[in-house]
Amino acid sequence: MGLIENRFNKNFIVTSADYFINWGRANSLWPVSFGLACCAIEMMATGMARYDIARFGAEAFRPSPRQADLMIVAGTISHKMASRVKLIYEQMSEPKYVMAMGSCACSGGPFVKNSYSVLKGADLIIPVDVYIPGCPPRPEALLEGLMKLQKQIRRRTIAKK
Amino acid sequence: MNASEIFEKLKARSREDIEFQDSPLLPFIKVKPDSIRNVADILRNNTDFRFDSLMCLTTVDNPTNFTIVYLLYSMKHSHKITLKVETPKDNAVVPSVEKVWSAANWFEREVYDLFGVRFEGHSNLVRIMLPDDWEGHPLKKDYQYPATYRGVVL
Repeated sequence: MGLIENRFNKNFIVTSADYFINWGRANSLWPVSFGLACCAIEMMATGMARYDIARFGAEAFRPSPRQADLMIVAGTISHKMASRVKLIYEQMSEPKYVMAMGSCACSGGPFVKNSYSVLKGADLIIPVDVYIPGCPPRPEALLEGLMKLQKQIRRRTIAKK
Repeated sequence: MNASEIFEKLKARSREDIEFQDSPLLPFIKVKPDSIRNVADILRNNTDFRFDSLMCLTTVDNPTNFTIVYLLYSMKHSHKITLKVETPKDNAVVPSVEKVWSAANWFEREVYDLFGVRFEGHSNLVRIMLPDDWEGHPLKKDYQYPATYRGVVL
């Protein structure tokens, strides 16, 4: 006599593997906890109770990139930091997603012209899935970006990456 | 003490060649590069001055020279003074004041990093903010922007 015997005989769900896997991936995005500049403050505010990123299952900010699958590039990337950001991205395990948060991570922002030290956008070093404009974007914008990413993930199929 | 009183007292205490320039915003004492170590030592250790805090050390890129600016503050007497040292642009070398104020360590590295002014006697004069393999000193007026850095377009 097992524990589940005769208890679930009338309940079963038929679905596709894609739908099931994407459902799991989209609703448990674990971000790496790191911030580069002032956008990180908005990211922290998004994690707190008022905006509550936990509503989307993305509240588990992991201190290790190996346990995370979402990278929120929150802030200005200087050239000195660029190699570190790339290293963190490479340490994350597949499947991994990147959100460029704020003007700096999207395009260099206010430093786009005549700046010797700032990388002109995260997409020069790592592939970016969602761009969130703003300087810094409000927590609502970050959540909107997160929902856009979830929408993207739900469309994917495991047959091709 | 106000700035001119500090200068008069300093003039009496040291044999160095120093000048005073008064201004309502930032009265300063002009010091020759060779005398900065002695002047700093007197200002730091003499009980009348006791400038125990080096608030800032920075540089101005003038057309003919670099002017190193030292902003000093005394926690004990609550008075402040500014020192200025001029150095030629082609061979910018100034004695380090790291032994007098240890805060000067990072300030001098920053000035070296961004302006290329070398500080003689500094214990670890390497770049502090830019990557170690960076070429040139970006806050100089004649700085030429490189086209790329490690394959990434600037």
